This record gives sequence, C-alpha cells and structure tokens, in this order.
Amino acid sequence: MSAQPYRVATGGLIDRKHLCHFRFDGREYTGFAGDTLASALLANGVSLVGRSFKYHRPRGLISSGAEEPNALIELRRGAAREPNTRATTIELFDGLEAQSQNRWPSLGFDLLSLNRWAAPFLGAGFYYKTFMWPASFWEKVYEPLIRRAAGLGRAAGADDPDHYEKSFAHCDVLVIGAGPAGLMAALTAGRAGARIILANEDFVAGGQLHGDGGSINGTAAAAWVKGVIAELAAMPHVQIMPRTTIYGVYDGATYGAVERVNDHLLSVPAFEARQRHWRIHARRAVLASGAGERPLMFANNDLPGIMLASAARTYLQRFAVKPAGRVVIATSCDDGWASVDAALAAGVAIAAIVDTRSEVDEALLRLGRRSGAAIYCGGEVVKAHGGHRVGAISIRNANGSDTRHDCDGVWMSGGFSPLIHLTSHLGARPQWDERLQAFVPGQTLPAGLAVAGAACGDFALGACIAAGQRAGIEAAQACGFSAPATEPILCPETPAAVGVIALPRTAAGPVFVDFQNDVTAKDIALAAREGYSSPELAKRYTTLGMATDQGKTANINGMALLAATRGKSIAQVGTTVYRPPYTPVSFGALAGHHRGKDFRATRLTPAHHWAQEQGAVFMEAGAWMRAAWFPKAGESDWVESVIRETKATRSSVGLCDVSTLGKIDIQGADAGAFLDRVYCNTFSTLAVGRARYGLMLREDGFVMDDGTTSRLTPAHFLMTTTTSNASKVMQHLEFCHQALWPDLDLHMVSVSEHWAQYSLAGPRSRNVLQRLVDRQHDISNEAFPYMGAREITISGGLPARLYRISFSGELAYELAVPARYGDATVRALMAAGGEFGITPYGLETLNAMRIEKGHVTGSELNGTTTARDLGLGRMMSTKKDYIGRVMEERPALRDEKRWRLVGLKPVDRSHRLKAGGHLVGRHEPAVTANDQGYVTSASYSPMLEQWIGLGLLSAGDKRHGEIIRACDLLRQSEVEVEVCDPVFFDPKGERLHG
Amino acid sequence: MRIGCPYCGERWNDEFIVLGDADALMKRPGEAQFALFYDYVYLRDNPAGRHRELWYHQGGCRQWLVVTRDTLNHTVHSVETARCVAQDREAAS
Ligand SMILES: [Zn+2]
Repeated sequence: MSAQPYRVATGGLIDRKHLCHFRFDGREYTGFAGDTLASALLANGVSLVGRSFKYHRPRGLISSGAEEPNALIELRRGAAREPNTRATTIELFDGLEAQSQNRWPSLGFDLLSLNRWAAPFLGAGFYYKTFMWPASFWEKVYEPLIRRAAGLGRAAGADDPDHYEKSFAHCDVLVIGAGPAGLMAALTAGRAGARIILANEDFVAGGQLHGDGGSINGTAAAAWVKGVIAELAAMPHVQIMPRTTIYGVYDGATYGAVERVNDHLLSVPAFEARQRHWRIHARRAVLASGAGERPLMFANNDLPGIMLASAARTYLQRFAVKPAGRVVIATSCDDGWASVDAALAAGVAIAAIVDTRSEVDEALLRLGRRSGAAIYCGGEVVKAHGGHRVGAISIRNANGSDTRHDCDGVWMSGGFSPLIHLTSHLGARPQWDERLQAFVPGQTLPAGLAVAGAACGDFALGACIAAGQRAGIEAAQACGFSAPATEPILCPETPAAVGVIALPRTAAGPVFVDFQNDVTAKDIALAAREGYSSPELAKRYTTLGMATDQGKTANINGMALLAATRGKSIAQVGTTVYRPPYTPVSFGALAGHHRGKDFRATRLTPAHHWAQEQGAVFMEAGAWMRAAWFPKAGESDWVESVIRETKATRSSVGLCDVSTLGKIDIQGADAGAFLDRVYCNTFSTLAVGRARYGLMLREDGFVMDDGTTSRLTPAHFLMTTTTSNASKVMQHLEFCHQALWPDLDLHMVSVSEHWAQYSLAGPRSRNVLQRLVDRQHDISNEAFPYMGAREITISGGLPARLYRISFSGELAYELAVPARYGDATVRALMAAGGEFGITPYGLETLNAMRIEKGHVTGSELNGTTTARDLGLGRMMSTKKDYIGRVMEERPALRDEKRWRLVGLKPVDRSHRLKAGGHLVGRHEPAVTANDQGYVTSASYSPMLEQWIGLGLLSAGDKRHGEIIRACDLLRQSEVEVEVCDPVFFDPKGERLHG
Repeated sequence: MRIGCPYCGERWNDEFIVLGDADALMKRPGEAQFALFYDYVYLRDNPAGRHRELWYHQGGCRQWLVVTRDTLNHTVHSVETARCVAQDREAAS
C-alpha cells in the first residue's frame, strides 16, 4: 500500500513539505505537519482506533474535535505516557508514538469483546444490581475485575518528567473560540482599543470555516481568517493564545485555561513547560465556542466509518483526507447536504442520501440528484452492517420498504447543538429552544459573559459573524471604549443547521447514545422504566455523559430518548447542568511547580548552612527545616546524640537555633493594655527590661498559644509565639485590635524573619556570652537576673537583644541579632564557647530537656487543653477581662475528671515509652471504654537514664504514684507506667538561677 | 471570587482568609455573661443570600475587612475595613 493512500492530492491546511513519521500501535505511518493524529490515521486508512469501554466494540473516529468519544489513545511512552488523549486534538509531530486503549491483546482481536454477547446482562444499573452482595467482595473482587475489563488508559505509573507552569492574566475582553464569531468579536473589540485575550482550543484559527469554506465580503474564508489574525497579531494589546482551552468559568469573572505550550513537540525544550495553567480575569468575555453536530441513532451506529458529516467535511477540506470512498449521507437537517459537494470534489462516491424529513428543499434535492445518489426523504437508517468497519446500510423508505446500500462510510447529521457548557458552570440550567431544536444558554449567564455565533444558535455564517461583531462592540463599550466603525457583513446563504432529533423507530440492534460509556437507547428506556427518569438520575444510573468526554455527543440524544419514554417534551424533561472542566485537565497543569519538595516553600534559618556544616540531621517543622540532632562519629542513633548533647548542655553549655519562633513587635501607648486583653495573665505591670511567660486563650476558653513577651521600653513589647502558630497568632491579634478594640493606640508587625535567635543554655552560658557582649552591658546575675530582657550590642556595636529565659531549666539566654548577622553570630558564639566545650543541640535534645522539666509544647497545646488541664490555672487573672475568660469558666471545663497534664515513667526502667499510646487502668483491657487519656510526648531522659513522657490523664493531677498502662495498639506495645509530677528534673528550679 | 480591598484593590480570594459572620464576631459581649458568650462564640446564622463576613487580607495589607457577599453566587457587594466598622459602632453607642 502506498503512503497515505487516502490523502487528496491537493489542498488542505497541511504542509506537504514537512513529512512526519509516527507510530500507532507499533506500526509506522507518515503524515504532514498540520495534521492531527486523527487525520493522519485516516490518511493512512486506519479507521479502527479503539475499543469501547464496556463491550469492547471496535470504534473509529466520529468527530474531528474535542468532542471525540471514541478515539482515546495513550500518547508518548514511558514516564511521559498520557492516557485518554483524543486523537482528534493531538497535533501530529515527527516521532509521535501512540497506542490504542482498552483492547487485549490487540485492537483487531480483542478477547474481551465477548462482553458484547453478554450485553443483555451489562445494561443500565448493571454494576449496582450485580456487584451489591456481599459487601466485602466489592474491594477485593468486583472493583479490580471491573477495572480490568472496563479500563480506560493506563496512567504512566512514574513521575511526570515534564514541567508545568501556572500563570495569571488580566484583560478587558476574553474571547473564547477563534471561529468566525470569535475572530470577529476579537477584531471589533480590538479595534476599539480593548485589551483582548483570544483563546483558541485549536492550533489553527478559523474553526468550522476550514471544513465548510464559504466567503466573507467576497473573500474566501481561509483568506479572511488569515487577514483577521494578521490584523490582531499587529495589535499590541491583543494576545492570541492558540492551543488554549478555557475549561471553566468561576466566580468573579475568573476563567480557568490550559495552554498546551509544547504538547505538539516530540520533547519539551529545556527550561520550558509542557502545559501552562492560566487563571484569567476578564472584565467581559465573549463565548464563541460554536456548535456541535449530533449523531443519528440507528442500530450499530458505532461502527468505524460512521462519522459526523461536519467532521467528514473537515477531514476532506482542512486535512485533504478522504475518510471513506463510498458513503451514505444521513441527515435530519439541510446542513448534512453540504457534504455532497465536498464529497464529490474529493472523488468520494455517494451511494445514498437519507433525510429523516419528508419535505426537503428542492435545491438540495437537485444537488443530490446531480451526485447520482439514491435519495430517501422521510426515510430512516435502520442498521449499519459490518465487522471492523461499516460495509453496508439498511434504509427504511418512507413507504416502509427496506433497501440496502453498500458503503464504507456514513456521514450523519442530527442537526447542531450550541456548545454552551461554559454558560452553566456557575449553575445556570440550559433552556430548550423549540425553534433551534436545541438547548441554549439559560437566563442567568455568568456575570460579564455574552454568547455569540453558533454557540447562541446563529448557525448561518453571515448571522454568526454579525453576532460576533455585535458582541465585540458591546464588550468594548462595557469596558469604556467607544465602538469602532463597522462595515456590514456579506456572506452567501449557508444551509440551515437546525435539525429535528429523530428517534429510532425500530430496534434492529444496539443503538448507541453515549459512545464512550457504551450507553444504548435501551439502557435509557430501562432507566426510565425503573424510575430513574429525571436527567440527573438517569445520568448516574446509566452513566450517560459521565465519561471523559462528558457526553458532548451523547447528552442531547439521551435527553430526547428520556423525554420520549416518559411521553413528555424535551423542554419538560430538561437536561443536566454542565460543570467544569469542559475538557479533561491534567493534574500536572493544575499542580504546576507545586509537587514533591516544591509543594510548598521551605524555610531555612540564617544559620542553616552552619548547621549543615556541623552535619546536622534536619527535620521539617511546618515549613521550616530545623536541626534535629548533630551526630558525632561513632553515634549510631539519635538517642546517643541526645544523651551527649543534653549532658554537655546541663554540665557546661549548649547552643540551639531558635530563630523559627514567631516574633511580633507591638508598640504604642496602649500596648500593655492590649496584651492584658489577649493574654490570660497580666502584662501591663511588667517592668521595662523584663520578660514574662504568657498564655493566650481562644475565646472558647481553650489554650491557643504560649510564649514569652518582653517589655523593651514603656510602649514597646516584643511577643514571641510558638513556631507553628506564628501566623495564626498574628492574624488573631490583628483581629482583636482592628475588629474589637480599634481605639487602642498601638501598632504591630511580625518580625519573625528579622531576627536570628540562639539559645545558650547551661551553667557556662554566661561565660560564653560575656566574650561577645560589649563591655558597657553588664550581664552579671545581679545586673541581669532571670527573666531579664534588654537591648544590647555585641562584637563591637552590633545591635542585639538578650533575654534571660530558659526552656531547658538551666541558666540560659536567648540572643537575638538581625537576621543577616545570624550566621556570623552563631560562628562567633561557637568560637567563644570553644574552651567550655560548647555543644550545638537540635530539636530532639530541646525536646528531651523540656520533657525533663515538664514544659508544654504543641503536643500539649493541641487545641483540646485548658490552662487548668496543663497545670497553669493559676496564670489566669481574676482581676481583668481577657479573651477566653468567660468561656473558661464553663462547668465542664472545670470538671476534675478532665484529662490533666502528668508525668509518666515506665515502671520497668528498661521499657521504652512512645507518644500516642492511650492510658488505661493497670488491670483494665485496652478498649475505648476504658480510655483515660494518652501520652502526648515521650523521650529518653539522659538525666534520669530512662524513657519518660508527658501525658493527659483523667484527674491526673491527683493520681501521682498510681501505676497504669500506656497501650499503643497501632505499634502493639503495652508499658506499665507510674503517674508522676510532670517536672522530672530539678523540681525546685535551682539551676535557672546559677 | 475576587474581593476589592480598600487598600490593595481587587484581588483573588486566595490572598484572603475568611473568619465568618462579621456582625456576630464583632459584637463581643462586654459583660461576663455565659448566655451572651455562648451565642457570641458558637451561634451563627447561615443565610442564603447577602452576608456580612470578616475576611483577612493575609497576602496583602493584613487588614480585616467586612465583606458583604451573596452566599448564593459570591457577588461581592461592598467591602469596608473592620476598623472603620468597629469605630462607627463605638461612635454610635
Ligand atoms: Zn489589602
């Protein structure tokens, strides 16, 4: 067979000098640049392109665009393999590789096509009826079985190797579609001066003009398109976006779009994205999405070779491909007859023309007779015959007699439906238009959106372009531009595209309604009989319109059948509401760069690189990377490192990076009064140069956050928050100030990132600091006692802040320096501490030491605990109002049986305690009914030389000394523990003052 | 959905955090009465239609805004700063 045997010798928007080699199911073919995979397959005579979803019936191309239900293929190989792409929208490129889907072992011989013989059992609601019982079978048996038999394409199963981007755009007028109406709307609004985005799903502008030809103001359609695009391209305020699908309309005049930037190339060029997701805000939008042709319903209407008439014309004229050699044209509208000239021009023989209407325009009949075709008015295609391709058609004449015509193609037209999907994305229900015999946009369109052209029922070319012009003027004017001068549009008359939906009168075999989901006319009737007769119910019961094509070719026929079965009109029955996306959107485009480690930003402290140099093991704390421990040679696990780090700190000095703490700078005459209202304890009485531990409640009485707050001058406080609550506390404080107490005189700002902060802990911490702090600042125990807070300078004038606060229970300081000095400061501190054996420690040691001291963190401040639960009840002032005060007094929150903070020690000192285990009585079974609390934190204690933990235990504060069990059913451990005071180490706090 | 911030102009809603019913949340009872506080903390209307809500422009000016929004179609009818609303209320009382 010669190359591309079905290619017409001349014409078409293809570049015959640019040959493209491609493979489909392993076989090599050629096509031209400008082809789609679909047109190239047809040029090579490949008509069988897929197997149907449920019955594995052979399927061919029905359409030439995004509505294609059958030709779903897997594009590319390996990790880049993309399933369920439509051959009709894939731009051909040299080296393209594609595979058909849903066939086993091959497209031509599919074992599962035996399902066809089981069709009587696979009807509507089959899954619901058959796979109901027993329930335990669903996951293990039924679902895998159904998935194997009825799968769509296979996911690549590997990380997508390509990049995707997200982008934002703003414009005055978004024009959706670059057919005649869209081009005219963009041109008109563009001439008025409006900023335009013209989004075109196709890679070529012009839409159906390239299938139907015609002329506009005396210019041939293709030339007219070229002229318009050239003029638009020359306007600096117009952005033409080919290969871009507007897939959804959202609130606030927002449109979602996917631009297939490099899908048409073999591989994505370096540093470029495969696809780009756009979020577009448009003051006005013109929907010029055109109309979709409707299939006819007859037995075996799914055989390869049977396609929509407008698609056939597109293949013939845009791609110069003959989809068949001898066809039957079957139509219920004038537009179907437009295929006659197109067929004859390409040398396609017409066996017969069947029009469901008895009355057909005389001019059309003359045209038909000239073609030599047998003509059947008021006739009906009853059945298509054939195996892997249609071979003949049975036609029932108006008088009831049957005729059979041999053919290798059927070009059908059931009239056109406006493509109004986007109009109902915000909930508007489409309306039935009796004149157009189609659903049209409902009354309430998305704000700012107008519909123009065939999408609004203006099917005739002249009316379509005029509508685009009107829409362009209106949109530009709405954006404040004055209308440009316009000229009248003159087009020759085009055949009417309004067609009556002809219901199948006889059932000579399966009549397909939804090709992709294998829903037949019988299934719809069955659903209606079984009570699933509303469109939404019938859809779910039969799966009509639920596949990746969302029933673009199927819905209308389904609704017509449903209405007929119920003896009602389509207007009475209505239709389903379309939701985004208009066509499938890849997860890659939605995710953009937000995948893997880039899912969200990673935050590093100023001394991160220093910690890396020390060999720190890092862990994630929210978005932060924090050093967890600093392993030394010979240490086999974190516990060994923690023992060394803790002992070094408690015996001499340790250093920990605490820069991640939230820091809020609060200034103003009323700052103290404000803090009194947001903390449960009092801050207005805090002396300048002092810090205080503060506890913040939510308005419902539970603890929100804690931290130390220092008074630097009478009207200047610095608050610290926990790392994880930093932004939440800021938001809360802003709310309290702006919405509750706007008259308080203060300002606040987050300074979390402005300061690098280091904790120096241990008996030698002051010695280390004294080597850095400038001499005029006395930091002796007397001059700078526990809970001191002061602005100082270090290293010869560098401004810093010093706080004498302790989380470890040791003599300890936190030194804050401007962030850009963080790295230098940590190195200076390490150098200054060299002679004392200063030891850097991480979060694990921080945790071990704070558990030894019974200090709470996020594990205990977990949103379910009150101040009393944590043993901090005495902090709550009784002398003032504050957020949370009233609700904290609720009786249930003061119930003595509430889970209270306790210390927990395994009775057998060799046993390990894990956080998360639940607490039950010593001899009670570990069941929910006996749950008395849980272990919130646990660590190995280097000082006690055993595992210890903190927990919340019912009435725990009164149960010290009791033996209970910590049961971790997930990790299957049970440990007998003694309840004790949460302060394990240095209970009198003597070391703080050292 | 887009919100016209009085300071930053019209912005997409991902820059904002919603808290809820503005009128309820901003009427913090002055007296320590349980009954009033239960309502303040827990009881909210959930109207279908116009609703005055508190939104925080976290990705912008950090101002709390009172946004009058139609909950049925997300139309934003008006935006005020919470500070102005609170000050007007104080002035009126
Ligand atoms: Zn703002």
